[in-house]
Amino acid sequence: MLTQQLHPSSSHARKLSIFSSDKAAFSFIGLSMSYLALGLLFGVLGGFQYLLPDFLRTHLAFEKIRPLHVYLAIAWIFTMAQGGIYYFLPRISRRPLVWAQGAWIHFFLQLLTSAGIIVAFFLGYFGGREYLEFPPVLGIFIALSWVPFVVNFFGTLKPDYVNAPVYYFSWTIGIVFFFVTFSESYLWLFDHFNNNQIRDTTVQWKALGTMVGSWNMLVYGTSIYMMEKIRGDQKISRSPIVFFFFFVGFTNLLFNWGHHTYIVPAAPWVKTVAYVISMTELLIFGQIVYKFRKTLSEAQKNYHSITYRLLSFADLWIFLNLGAAIAISVPALNYYTHGTHITVAHAMGTTIGINTMLLFAAVFYILQKYQPAVLEKNRKLVGRGIVIANISLVIFWFALIGSGLVKISGQLENQAFAQIMEASKPFFRMFTASGVLIMVGLVMMIVGAFIVLLRPARPKIRVQPAVRGVSIRGEVPAKEMSGQ
Amino acid sequence: MLKVSIALSLVALYALYSFVVYTDGTESRVSFPAAEQALISEGKQIYQDKNCQACHQIYGLGGFLGPDLTTGYSDKHRGEPFLRAMMTSGGSRMPNFRLNNRQVDALIAYLKYVDSTATPIKQPR
Repeated sequence: MLTQQLHPSSSHARKLSIFSSDKAAFSFIGLSMSYLALGLLFGVLGGFQYLLPDFLRTHLAFEKIRPLHVYLAIAWIFTMAQGGIYYFLPRISRRPLVWAQGAWIHFFLQLLTSAGIIVAFFLGYFGGREYLEFPPVLGIFIALSWVPFVVNFFGTLKPDYVNAPVYYFSWTIGIVFFFVTFSESYLWLFDHFNNNQIRDTTVQWKALGTMVGSWNMLVYGTSIYMMEKIRGDQKISRSPIVFFFFFVGFTNLLFNWGHHTYIVPAAPWVKTVAYVISMTELLIFGQIVYKFRKTLSEAQKNYHSITYRLLSFADLWIFLNLGAAIAISVPALNYYTHGTHITVAHAMGTTIGINTMLLFAAVFYILQKYQPAVLEKNRKLVGRGIVIANISLVIFWFALIGSGLVKISGQLENQAFAQIMEASKPFFRMFTASGVLIMVGLVMMIVGAFIVLLRPARPKIRVQPAVRGVSIRGEVPAKEMSGQ
Repeated sequence: MLKVSIALSLVALYALYSFVVYTDGTESRVSFPAAEQALISEGKQIYQDKNCQACHQIYGLGGFLGPDLTTGYSDKHRGEPFLRAMMTSGGSRMPNFRLNNRQVDALIAYLKYVDSTATPIKQPR
């Protein structure tokens, strides 16, 4: 079954190595992009319902469309992050996955759970909680599906954390906090929480805010791993500064959710801490601007690389979103912006602009290694998709902010909700139209990726049978994956 | 052993932090007789079963297609009669969920309770 391992001393051989678990990793990547395509479709349909209230109202009203869109978008993020990690683990540890069949169990369990969730939404069975809108019993299957992933991560990597690169920590925190916060989000099943609205709201904001942080940890870990390999410089993932930013990110994961609760009459210290922590993002902000400028010539040099291009776009979105996030974290502003589409602009900018660009960077990084010639043939299609998606996202982002400003203005003038909705229509048209274009751009990227993924691989070398127990500490030499 | 101790300490710290967040300042300021509490809980369950939060918000959680419901009960544009009418027959955007009287009463009780917890945000800006 296992079809590796090539002699580790041969750099050329390593470059072309194939692990049996790669098929599972590719299946995760394919599944994640399918989630994204479907999620985009439901997002666009939801956009049309803002303009045409009767559109699909009988059979697929907004209370069904929104959870479908939200679940599928979230599923895209964590499934792709998992697929990427499944692909990277054997390459980092130089050994096959400790439980290769477990990856398949994970895949099918997750596929079935997602199918169950989608069917439940279509039939009108809901859990009615933000993000976790499916019936609570399905949460058990989601948690179970992650177990093989945990076994493979810790069993294959055997991380000792001494002199380890930062992505070991990011991935570990991401996995651990997924379980912690996923369990925490179900505290509402107990009367002590369920019968107290303030406590229940605090649970939702805290657990879900930290859960989002845990996915981000998986995504950022993957990004740093890729950057290390693309640059061929192991220092990038071991430098004190990168660990400092990991710490800032981790602190944000723990406390940053608090700026969503300024309007909740819970303990005031939570809001103060959250505000101070949110401001630490300024540090990240400054560093990003600095690095962005510093690597500009590098960006030009590597402009041909799809992965590099996507990382550059992600950088731009980090820049825009952090600026907005810092602004709306100020309590006096947050009081007005919360509950408007300005919050959605922040969420969409983060989900599409940052996470989706970073995850696609991982998709094309992997595909570049898998079938560079086939990817080369589709470079134009993917490149155009990237440009269309990003330009449309800028319009989408500003349309959401515009719609939020209209709502704030209407609320200050004490207008009725229907009046505010009417006044927001031009912005609704704008975000629906740009939403369609975002879908077009991202689908072009998905199609380009699927063409590469579905083309049978033609290995140029004979693959050796597995040699279990081959284990070399440390990272792959920079030359190997430097892209040179 | 050291790693396990560090991991356990971190888990304990996180549990303590969560305990403080969930207890400090979240104590209920209002209490209800058992029958009313049961009706409120029933209303909350209906709110979740019908996925009302897809369109409506309570304390910032939920969608934007419909109006925020945190203070809907005491809102001068809406109030109980308006909320009751919307729940009974739907609106231009809101589907008719064909709720019976008992369900409407339960939802109203829940929204009235939510509103009663929202005193700070009803104060003038």
